[in-house]
Amino acid sequence: MSARLRLAFFSALLVPLVAFPILGLKLVTVGINLEIQGAAPLTWWIIAACTLGMFVWQLLRRRLAAGWASSPNLPRIPAGTGNFLTRPKTQRWGILALALVALVWPFFASRGAVDLATLIMIYVMLGLGLNIVVGLAGLLDLGYVGFYAVGAYTYAMLGEYYGLGFWTCLPIAGAMAALFGFLLGFPVLRLRGDYLAIVTLGFGEIIRILLRNLTEFTGGPNGISGIEKPTLFGLTFDRRAPEGMQTFHEFFGLAYNASNKVIFLYLIALGLVLLTLFTINRLLRMPIGRAWEALREDEIACRALGLNPTLIKLSAFTLGATFAGFAGCLFAARQGLVSPNSFEFIESAIILAIVVLGGMGSQLGVILAAIVMILLPELTREFSEYRMLIFGSLMVLMMIWRPQGLLPMQRPHLELKR
Amino acid sequence: MLCFANVSTFYGKIQALHDVSLDVRQGEIVTLIGANGAGKSTLLMTLCGTPRAASGSIRFEGEELVGQPTCDIMRKAIAVVPEGRRIFARLTVEENLAMGAFFGSKTEHEEQLDKVLQLFPRLQERYRQRGGTMSGGEQQMLAIGRALMSKPRLLLLDEPSLGLAPIIIQQIFEIIEQLRTDSVTVFLVEQNANRALKLADRGYVLENGHIVMQGSGEELLHDSKVRDAYLGA
Repeated sequence: MSARLRLAFFSALLVPLVAFPILGLKLVTVGINLEIQGAAPLTWWIIAACTLGMFVWQLLRRRLAAGWASSPNLPRIPAGTGNFLTRPKTQRWGILALALVALVWPFFASRGAVDLATLIMIYVMLGLGLNIVVGLAGLLDLGYVGFYAVGAYTYAMLGEYYGLGFWTCLPIAGAMAALFGFLLGFPVLRLRGDYLAIVTLGFGEIIRILLRNLTEFTGGPNGISGIEKPTLFGLTFDRRAPEGMQTFHEFFGLAYNASNKVIFLYLIALGLVLLTLFTINRLLRMPIGRAWEALREDEIACRALGLNPTLIKLSAFTLGATFAGFAGCLFAARQGLVSPNSFEFIESAIILAIVVLGGMGSQLGVILAAIVMILLPELTREFSEYRMLIFGSLMVLMMIWRPQGLLPMQRPHLELKR
Repeated sequence: MLCFANVSTFYGKIQALHDVSLDVRQGEIVTLIGANGAGKSTLLMTLCGTPRAASGSIRFEGEELVGQPTCDIMRKAIAVVPEGRRIFARLTVEENLAMGAFFGSKTEHEEQLDKVLQLFPRLQERYRQRGGTMSGGEQQMLAIGRALMSKPRLLLLDEPSLGLAPIIIQQIFEIIEQLRTDSVTVFLVEQNANRALKLADRGYVLENGHIVMQGSGEELLHDSKVRDAYLGA
């Protein structure tokens, strides 16, 4: 009892400690000076109530939990559901269903929603790419955003200086990101675990800072703007075509609709995601995919079997980077503007969160997690300053209820019949 | 078949092997016994290429191995069952075995898979189970089976009896005996000297990085010094 009392006391103490500086103090502009003022009495009462609530909750948690469990008419999820949802066959159908919905949906949705969906697609691609590196090969990469930046800037710079279009730049962006992955991989992959994470983090930052300081080429902090949107076999989606080109709506004799451009970009993103999914699925069935997983499990055993760990790691790193490059190219096309601000560490963290949230190695999980992770901050935008708080608490709840991720990876196996 | 000549190995400044010479002939079971820290595992690892031998030569079927990278050495007809099994815990038995035959052709793979499953019917029962969910003995069988998948002519076993129940150890040693009939040469590193010497054609005793004794299994088993030091009888 005394242990619980102590726990309850300190938990309760934490509430005013945290709430006082955040909610209790307000900065107010008085003339040209800032002044610190206390909050309204109501706020104080709320904090006091929360403190008391926390104390009671911690003290009686055990009893409350027992009461909760014994309360009857709660709808329960059948026990087999989790197992069923993570089964590879279910996931395959799940992905197919999602793809179908995703294909039809933009023609009925609003322009803003489609634009947001394009962003989600980009993150799905990033998540799938990082999933190779982190989920399958087990290399914790915190600088993944660096390759994303390389892809985006490749398109932006080639478009700016050489006037190349999206379709030419897409493979080049992938190849450039792969090249960077390969070059950075060489020195990095001698390291393991935490050390690898720190060094990749450093590389991600180096790329971003390089982009910011190479002002002559990359435009520095201002970035590069006016990036062209992709065309459909030379047909642009603009209202008026530039010289020597034709517009989409004139060619097909349709009325001009601004959302066509957005839908087209979305469909490209969807196509790229499907391509990514297909490629990764193929790779997983090939020996290289199994080698990645074996390497994650036991490096020494891999060496004992005559595999070359460096080569396998490098292939995972390079391939993961390639998909980031594609995603970056798409991002540049969607945004029309790239600047180093878009490639900060928080992006890496979000992508990593997508992979972990989805369940390491699971593809449907990564897709769902990307949707949740990108959609949530948008949906909670009305709560403005509290939305990161909501986001954080959702992550905590998530880790309590499904610590292995939304839909963890499952291998085919037989059930023992009794 | 395998020949160590005056091999010395260092970990930094510390010398772990001092001018070790030994040889393993075609079709033999040779065992290496010694106390903890005598350098048994180091000897095996030197053969595999990590750490590299500082001096001396290691020849396999006449080919010099010293100086070759680990992955090249392991792709020859040598297979090693590393100490502590080291199976891929989250991969299925099937996938574990497939990893063993990573560099072989498909037909060879299937042929060898049949052989291994015949040798270890237990693995057949657990074919689609994850490696990590099996018992220690089954994992050891899987580790040996995985090594055999590459169709080796020389099998190196590092303490296959580590942490297993006596009855399982019995089974494992019976299987090692069987391998001889399949014309696989076995080099067995063991702490369980009694059993290892009973099984082996010849044995070497390693002490502080020196080979201090060698002879047939029978001879060593009855040698008073060996009995005092390793058999505790």
